[in-house]
Amino acid sequence: MSGFLAVLVVVLIFIVIFQIAKASEYVSILKGEKKARQQNNRINGFLLIAFLVLGLIGVYYCNELLKGKILGEAASEQGDSIDNMIMWTLVITGVVFVITQILLFWFAFKYQEKEGQAAFYFPHNNKLEVIWTVIPAIALTILVAIGLRHWFAITSEAPKDAMVVEITGKQFNWLIRYPGKDGQLGSKFFKNINDATNPVGQDWDDNLNKDDFMATEMHLVVGKPVKLIIGSRDVVHDVGLSHFRLKMDAVPGIPTTLWFTPKFTTTQMKDKTGNPDFVYEISCDQMCGAGHYSMKANIVVETQQEFDAWVAKQKSQYALAHEAEGSGAPAQPVAPKEAKDSTQKAVAAL
Amino acid sequence: MSNEATLHSHHEVTHGAAAHDHGNGHDEHHHEDSFISKYVFSMDHKMIAKQFLITGIIWAIVGAGFSVLFRLQLAFPDSTFPFLESILGHWAKGGRITPEAYYALVTMHGTILVFFVLTAGLSGTFSNLLIPLQVGARDMASPFMNMLSYWFFFMASVVMTCSLFVQTGPASGGWTSYPPLSALGDASIGSKIGMDLWLTSMALFVVSQLLGGLNYISTILNMRTKGMSMTKLPLTIWAFFFTAVLGVLSFPVLLSGFILLLFDRHAGTSFYLSELFVAGKALSNEGGSAILYQHLFWFLGHPEVYIIILPAMGMVSEVLAINSRKPIFGYLAMIGSLFAIAILAFLVWAHHMFVTGLNPFLGAFFVLLTLLIAVPSAIKVFNWLTTIWKGSIRFTPGALFSIGFVSTFISGGLTGIWLGNSSIDIHLHDTYFVIAHFHIVMGVSAFFGMFAGIYHWFPKLYGRYLNGTLGYIHFWITLVGAYCIFWPMHYEGMAGMPRRYYDYSNWESFKQFAELNKFISIVVFIVFATQLLFVFNFFYSIFKGRKLTTTNPWDATTLEWTTPIHPGHGNWPGEIPEVHRWAYDYSKDGKDFIPQTVPLGPDETAH
Repeated sequence: MSGFLAVLVVVLIFIVIFQIAKASEYVSILKGEKKARQQNNRINGFLLIAFLVLGLIGVYYCNELLKGKILGEAASEQGDSIDNMIMWTLVITGVVFVITQILLFWFAFKYQEKEGQAAFYFPHNNKLEVIWTVIPAIALTILVAIGLRHWFAITSEAPKDAMVVEITGKQFNWLIRYPGKDGQLGSKFFKNINDATNPVGQDWDDNLNKDDFMATEMHLVVGKPVKLIIGSRDVVHDVGLSHFRLKMDAVPGIPTTLWFTPKFTTTQMKDKTGNPDFVYEISCDQMCGAGHYSMKANIVVETQQEFDAWVAKQKSQYALAHEAEGSGAPAQPVAPKEAKDSTQKAVAAL
Repeated sequence: MSNEATLHSHHEVTHGAAAHDHGNGHDEHHHEDSFISKYVFSMDHKMIAKQFLITGIIWAIVGAGFSVLFRLQLAFPDSTFPFLESILGHWAKGGRITPEAYYALVTMHGTILVFFVLTAGLSGTFSNLLIPLQVGARDMASPFMNMLSYWFFFMASVVMTCSLFVQTGPASGGWTSYPPLSALGDASIGSKIGMDLWLTSMALFVVSQLLGGLNYISTILNMRTKGMSMTKLPLTIWAFFFTAVLGVLSFPVLLSGFILLLFDRHAGTSFYLSELFVAGKALSNEGGSAILYQHLFWFLGHPEVYIIILPAMGMVSEVLAINSRKPIFGYLAMIGSLFAIAILAFLVWAHHMFVTGLNPFLGAFFVLLTLLIAVPSAIKVFNWLTTIWKGSIRFTPGALFSIGFVSTFISGGLTGIWLGNSSIDIHLHDTYFVIAHFHIVMGVSAFFGMFAGIYHWFPKLYGRYLNGTLGYIHFWITLVGAYCIFWPMHYEGMAGMPRRYYDYSNWESFKQFAELNKFISIVVFIVFATQLLFVFNFFYSIFKGRKLTTTNPWDATTLEWTTPIHPGHGNWPGEIPEVHRWAYDYSKDGKDFIPQTVPLGPDETAH
C-alpha cells in the first residue's frame, strides 16, 4: 500500500512539473523567443553562480563532516609515504580544481548574453596555449617524480630481517601460513590441497614444512618489517590493508609479494582511534564471487614478546594433519615426486 | 576522392536519393517508402542514429534502474522490500536482494552503461547523425554496413536481455569479467550459461562497433563535400574520427581475449587458468596466466573510456562555441589534444593493473604515460574556459549541459591524477575512490555530453524542440545530484572502502559510512526519477514538441543546418553545398555568424 502511494506521489509530481513546463513553453512563445531567452539566461546565470558558491561551501562542509571517518594516520611506514603523496597531489589538484571551477561558473555568469554586448572574436593565441601546456606538464612531472620515488621504495626488495608470512586467498576466506622456527616456508603444490588437513597443499615430504603452522589471524610484530607472500587457490583475490594503505592482488598460479612495517600495535590503535573494538582488517579488494563482501581476516599487531608467546602456542599443520590421520581421518595423499613447487617459484620471483 | 565521385562509383550502395542522379536512383529505390525499409531496416544514417539513440535510452533506463536496486541494498542492508521479490523472484527472497543478484546487478549495470549506452547509444547515435550531415555527404560510405552495425548491436542487446532471464542468472563477475572467476561455473553461479551469453553478446557488439567504426572513418576521409578540408571540419567530426580509430584498433583485441576465455570455459585450454582448486577438487589446468586476460581486456578497456568521452568532448566543443557565439578557442590545439589523447589511450592500459604484481619498473612507464594524458586534457579544459570567456552565452539546455560537462570533467579528471600515480593507487585501487573518479569523469561527463547533444540536435532529428523548462529542471537536478552522489564517495575510498561489496555492516573499518550510503542512495532515487522525466520529455516532444520554423534554430555555421527541417534520405534536395570556411566564424567582423557555405569576402583571410 505504501509503495503504491509512493508511486502515486511521484506520478503526481511528474504531472505537476510537466504542466508547469508546458505552460511556460506557451508563455515563452507568447513573449517572443528573444525575451524568453533573456529571462532564461538571467535565471540560469544566477543559478550557475549560486551553484558555484553553494558547491564550494558544500565541498568544505562535506570535508568537515567526513574527514574524521577516513581512518586517520597510516599504520605503516609505507602508508606514511602514500599519505604524503596524497597530500602533495591534493594540494596541486585542489588548487587547480578551485581555480578552474570558479573560472568556469564565473565566466558563464559574467558573459551571459546581454543587450548591446557582442562576443569577442578570439580564435587562438599561441602564447596562452603554450602556457597552459607547459605549466601542467611541469606540475605533472613533479608529481610523477615524487610518486615514482615512493613507488620504487614501496615495491623494493624487502629487508633481509623481514619476517615472512604467506597468505592465500580462497572463496571466501584467507589462509595464513607461518614458516615456523626455521624461518622458511615449505614447498606446496595445489594438487595436495585437502580442505580438512592441508588447506594450502603443503608437500609433507619437504622437511621445511614440518614446522610451518597455519593461523586464523595474522600476527605481526610492531616495528618489524613483514614480507607477505600472496597467492590464491581459486580466483583472483586482493589483500587489502586499508590501515596500512596497501594492497596486492592474490593471483592463482602467480605468487606476488608485498612488504611493510607496522607502526602501531592493535592496542595502540585502540587508543589512537578511541574505538575499543578497533581491529586491523584484511579486506578482499578484487571481486571474487558471491561471498566477496565477507572475505575477511584480522591482523593483530603486537610486541615481539607477545608475538613470541603466541608462536609458542601454535601447532604445526604437519602435526595437526598427521594427528588427524592417526585418529582415522582420511589418509593424506602423498604428493607425487615430480610435483611442482610453487613456493620455490615465489622465492625465485622475489 | 570527391563526394560526388564516390556516389557515382558506389552507386549501388550509396543510393540514388541524390538529386543529381536525376531520378534514376529514385526509380530503383521506390521501396524506400515501405514501413520496414524506412523505420526498421533503414539505411538512412539519420534513422539509424535514431535507432541507436532509442535503443540506448531503453538500455540506460534498464542499466540505471539496476543501480537503483543495488543502491537500495547498500542504503538499507537490513531492511526488506517485498516489491523486490515481486520483480526479482527468488533473486530477492523475502524482499532482500541476494548477494548473487547484487553482483549480477552490478555487473549488468557496468556492462550496459559502458557498452550499450555510452558506446553504442552515444557515439553510435551522434557519429551516425552528424558525420554525413556535417561533412556534407548524402550518407555513410556504406549505408548497408551501417544498417548491419545497428542490427548487430540489436542482436547483442537481445542476447544480453536473454541472459537476464536464464535460470542461473546473468554474468556476475563485474563488467571486467576477470578469469578464473568468469571462467569457472563452479566458482560463481553467474559464470555458468549467463557468462556464455555475455560473451556472445559482447562478440556481436564488437562486430557492430567494427562495422560502424570503419564506416565512420571512411566517410570522414573520403566523402567530405567540396572545399571541406580536414581543417575545416567541426570538432565533433574530429572527435568521432579518433573515437572510431580507437574502436577499430582496440575492440579486436578484446574479442581475442574473449575467444580465449571461451576456449578456457569449454575447450579445456589453460590460457588464463593455472593451479586451481575449486569446489573441493583440483583442476587439471596449469601454466595459464590470469593476468594475460587483464592485459587483453584493458588494452580495449582503457581506450574504451576515451571512446566514451571523446564524442562528448567534440559535441561539447561545438555546443559551447555556438552558444557562446564565439569560435572554439585553439581549434588546432583541440585537434592536437584529441590526437594526443587517442595515441596515449593505447599506452596506459596497465595503470588498471598496478597491484596485480606488475613489474614495478614497467609500472613506472605506465605512471608517466598516464599522467601525460593530463596535459592534453588540461589544454582542452583551458580552451573551453577561454571559449566562453568574453562570449555572449545563451543558456540553452544544451549549453548548460556543456558547462556541466566541463565542470565534471575537471572534477573527475583531477582525481585521475591521483589514481594514475601508482603509489596512490596502491591504496585507492578498487575502492570507492575509483567509483567516484570514473563515474564523474566518464559516467556523468559523458552523459552530460550526450544530453548536450540530444538537446542541441533534437531539432535536427525530429524537427521539433525538446521542452526547455523540463530541460532546465533535468539539468539542475542532475548536476547537483551527481555531485551529491559521487563527491562523498571519494571519502569512502580514502578510507579504503572496497567497491563491489554487498554489505559493509560487519566491517569495523568501513561501517562508519552507513548513514552516508543512505544519503547517497536517496539522491540516486531522485536523480533517477529526474532522468525518467527527461525520457518522458524526449518521447513526448517527438510527437508534441514545439515545431521548428527555421532550418537553423541555433544560428549555427555547420552544414547540418543547411538541410531542410525534415531532410529526406540524401540530406540535401539539391546539390551538396560547397564549403568555404571553417566551422567557427562566430562574431567575426561584426556578423553574428557566417555559415560555412558563405565564400570568403574579398578582404577576408581564411582561418
